[in-house]
Amino acid sequence: MAVVMDGDRMGKTLTRIAHEIVERNRGVEELALVGIRSRGVPLARRLARSIKEISGHDVPTGALDITLYRDDLMRHAVGAQPVVKSTDIPFSIDDRRILLVDDVLYTGRTIRAALDALIEFGRPRLIQLVVLVDRGHRELPIKADYVGKNIPTSPSQSVQVRLAEIDGRDEVEVEG
Amino acid sequence: MKKDLLGIADLSSDEIYRVLDTAVAMREIGERPIKKVPTLRGKTVVNLFYEPSTRTRTSFEIAEKRLSADTLNIAVAASSVLKGETLADTAMNIEAMAPDMIVLRHASSGACHLLARICRSKIINAGDGMHEHPTQALLDAFTIRQHKRRIDGLKVAIIGDLLHSRVLRSNVLLLTKLGADVWVSGPPTLVPPGIERLGVRVTTSVDEAVADADVIMMLRIQQERMQGAFFPSLREYYNVFGLTEERVGRARGDVIIMHPGPMNRGVEIASEVADGPYSVILEQVANGVAVRMAVLYLLAGEVEAD
Repeated sequence: MAVVMDGDRMGKTLTRIAHEIVERNRGVEELALVGIRSRGVPLARRLARSIKEISGHDVPTGALDITLYRDDLMRHAVGAQPVVKSTDIPFSIDDRRILLVDDVLYTGRTIRAALDALIEFGRPRLIQLVVLVDRGHRELPIKADYVGKNIPTSPSQSVQVRLAEIDGRDEVEVEG
Repeated sequence: MKKDLLGIADLSSDEIYRVLDTAVAMREIGERPIKKVPTLRGKTVVNLFYEPSTRTRTSFEIAEKRLSADTLNIAVAASSVLKGETLADTAMNIEAMAPDMIVLRHASSGACHLLARICRSKIINAGDGMHEHPTQALLDAFTIRQHKRRIDGLKVAIIGDLLHSRVLRSNVLLLTKLGADVWVSGPPTLVPPGIERLGVRVTTSVDEAVADADVIMMLRIQQERMQGAFFPSLREYYNVFGLTEERVGRARGDVIIMHPGPMNRGVEIASEVADGPYSVILEQVANGVAVRMAVLYLLAGEVEAD
């Protein structure tokens, strides 16, 4: 059990990603942030704040729930269905540069589901992927465009991202 | 949840809230440009309707299609039922084609329980005789919650044909389970004996039932189920039990008026009330799709207990 990123480090990491986003997209007018529930949503909001500080522009922010697009629904031997939460994308994604935000990139299956879900809302100009942590072990050909921190893990370990908005404090911990 | 949704009686309050919470997310899907998610892809749902129904059948079918299930509708008039086949035989024949779920509407109370016992498919009760209509009660609760943000502690008046109404039974079971103060009112000939044992207050005075009510729910006069003379005339019924603007005035200022449909205007409800600003009757219809999507989704993941 080890904390691999504390609150201070997380703040700096997100600021650095925000700078990279502004630099790589040469302007922010067409950008929009979409966070994947649960922890991608506060991360997207924080990135929007940083981008505003850097560029002075408000970037629209939405929330995406991917439960109904999961490839493992109905495949569980036992147990109730996962809880479905609301998707809230209060802007048109057509022709925008969409930054998809999640906390941990692991197998890539969540991102596959998110891409399917997102594309039903319109036809973005492009979609880029932002993750706070990339822990490896991909099962699909998916790669992040912006990574807060690469953390080598074994599949038996678990990576816990905690955010003040949901968990009361900011940190990333590797368990097991 | 269990394999089947046969009635509100089988649901815990946690399970009811689970359906209502899930329906919030489902409602948003209906507001998208592409109103479809892939969740029930490859699942087959049979809508088996032994009684005429437009609203409920359409609502289930839209819900199934929005979840990408394959659906087919069997209406009684066009089937071998007319040739003398029993419900159990029809069900076993449908079952042999391996559907995942059967949505059943039947004129006999308990028909869904029979099917649930003999079928491996999941059974959803879309109304069985005078027994239960669970998805109607769930969509009513969803609509109340949308407007009042809670159900606990609300005064709900349910008025009309209490005797023949499965909507009444399911709603009473659900609303009392979630802590509402439920009043029912109707002609003494249409009040089932012992109804107060379900935890409701009974009165023959509509004025008393609606006084300071947060929610007024009207029930249809079901003439097709009435063989006897339960009241002198429809005119008389309207005068004594019809919901008029004057009666609505006795309720709370923010009262909502509900009706499960189809409405008999000028019998149980005045037209100006049905179309009034406090009427949420069409919202109930819209919410029906979201609630049925939630039920289909939650049941689809359940495995058979035995």
